[in-house]
Amino acid sequence: MTTYIVRRLMQALFVLIMVTLVIFFAMRLLPGDPLVIYIGQSQQFSSLSEEGLEKLRHQFGLDKPIMIQYANWIYGVVRGDFGNSIFYTQPVGRLILERYPVTIHLGLLAFILSTILGILAGLLAAIRRGKWADRVVTPLTYIGITVPIFWLGILMIYTFGLKLNWLPIIGYTSPLDDFWLSTKQAIMPVTCLSVGALAATARQMRSSMLEVIRQDYIRTAWSKGLRERLIIVRHALKNSLIPVITVLGLHLGWILGGSVIIETVFSIPGIGYLMVTSIFSQDYAVVQSCTLIFAVMIIFANLIVDISYGWLDPRIKYG
Amino acid sequence: MAESDTTSKALSEAPPQVSEWRRFRRVFFQRRMVIFGLFILLILGFTAIFADWLAPYDPYKQDLNNILLQPSKAHLLGTDAIGRDTLSRLIYGTRTALTVGFLAMAISASIGVTLGIIAGYFGGITNIVIMRFTDVLMPFPMIVLALLIAALLGGGIHNVILALGIATVPVYTRVTCGMALSIRENDYIMAERAMGASHMRMIMRHVLPNAFPPIIVVITLQLGFLILSEASLSFLGIGIEPPGAAWGAMVNEGYRYLVKLPILSFAPGAAIMLVVFAFNMVGDGLRDALDPRLRGTL
Repeated sequence: MTTYIVRRLMQALFVLIMVTLVIFFAMRLLPGDPLVIYIGQSQQFSSLSEEGLEKLRHQFGLDKPIMIQYANWIYGVVRGDFGNSIFYTQPVGRLILERYPVTIHLGLLAFILSTILGILAGLLAAIRRGKWADRVVTPLTYIGITVPIFWLGILMIYTFGLKLNWLPIIGYTSPLDDFWLSTKQAIMPVTCLSVGALAATARQMRSSMLEVIRQDYIRTAWSKGLRERLIIVRHALKNSLIPVITVLGLHLGWILGGSVIIETVFSIPGIGYLMVTSIFSQDYAVVQSCTLIFAVMIIFANLIVDISYGWLDPRIKYG
Repeated sequence: MAESDTTSKALSEAPPQVSEWRRFRRVFFQRRMVIFGLFILLILGFTAIFADWLAPYDPYKQDLNNILLQPSKAHLLGTDAIGRDTLSRLIYGTRTALTVGFLAMAISASIGVTLGIIAGYFGGITNIVIMRFTDVLMPFPMIVLALLIAALLGGGIHNVILALGIATVPVYTRVTCGMALSIRENDYIMAERAMGASHMRMIMRHVLPNAFPPIIVVITLQLGFLILSEASLSFLGIGIEPPGAAWGAMVNEGYRYLVKLPILSFAPGAAIMLVVFAFNMVGDGLRDALDPRLRGTL
């Protein structure tokens, strides 16, 4: 197990290095000199001579070989120095630190909700196959996967916010400041974020449960005269969870991707909203850092998923 | 000569192939939802092609005397904030959605399938390098990747197509690589190799045709998600430039007038959902009809 974890850690590190390389070089491939872009946008530098340009270039380390520049960037990132935002005129690190908890708060809620409810719904649909529970759950999963979440958000705002007046339509409050308001504000965004992953989890759970309850050892359990509850919970559940767990990392990716859209719909000051607004203000340092943060979260999530996967299924060889 | 001709003819028309096609039709058309999906796709294709004839008004023509009209006989879905007919824009939006979907799919499928075949067929270090890259891109949210690419290249519709095309390459690579790896192990491949067939011939004659069924399923399912992603990007304001009609952008424009005229936002959203739903249904139907074992893996 330890070798497996170490191996998997090395792999994650490798992927992380690749991702940083891709993001770094993608930003360097921008048409034009990053310095010229920077100067073009900041008033104080707009009237600079060629000599001054050289000086600035030296100051930003842009006259060094590209690999040194990359190393410098990584060195900065590791210490939490993401460079400066041109638009907000403050360090990107501080911007991200402010917004990161917001995205994590809503994202984690959506992830937990979609996983638990998805597993329960899929389980119900599988053990009551063809009955009304299945006939309700299965079509709903199709809708959940195909609905555009920004549209769902707007529908919910219209219904629960504008018509029924039950929930606040936009904004975000930290649960530490005002728990009740925070919860009320979080209901709609979290629902929208979790819908796709919930439906996908339910579908995966249903099909893998149907697969498992056909197995011989389940028939043996029935023939021993065990109760249904015991068979499902003690025998079938663990095995049917394995395929579900493998896709959880992917679902977290969806939720984080969705946060870009949902934070825009509900005006929530998280990483996703920051990224979208920064694209329009051509604040490349921020876009770059947000992408990196998303990447790190996803790599980390997949790491955890893979390790728990190994723990759940002892048949897997940690080779 | 004549004899061998008839034998080969008899072989090529051997019963399994005929019954396979029949089995495909039986399974595919068995589910009502699949037929429903296919029906919707046909209507949409028709709408996209004949948009010029079907649209009651010019989708770009502003009419400031008739802004934000409620649905009526003259304007079935009302008009938007600068007096453009919503139904006409919806119809032209079909064209945008399908064009972006198909072009992005063409980019990602051609790159992804090529890489997947190279990785799976040649194996070894090529496989490791290509699949590692795929693993890097795979868990990345398509929308974030497309945003990054769109941020780098600028907003236009061409860049959105390119961004979505690049972002979805890994799906095809992974599926094709898996297929190529398993096909490679067959005895007939070894026999053909022994007879001195070139790699190109092997890939074209054996690997590609055998890998085709799962690829076609992935293509169908991906088309739906590409259209959904395009809608998400244009909702965020990236993609088609202002006068053009895109469903996602229409939802966003309507969002501002949600209290006064909710249909402005509701109608294009419903259209997006219908298309994605239809592609999903047809994709699922194809998967079950082509190879039931793929259920749950694609």
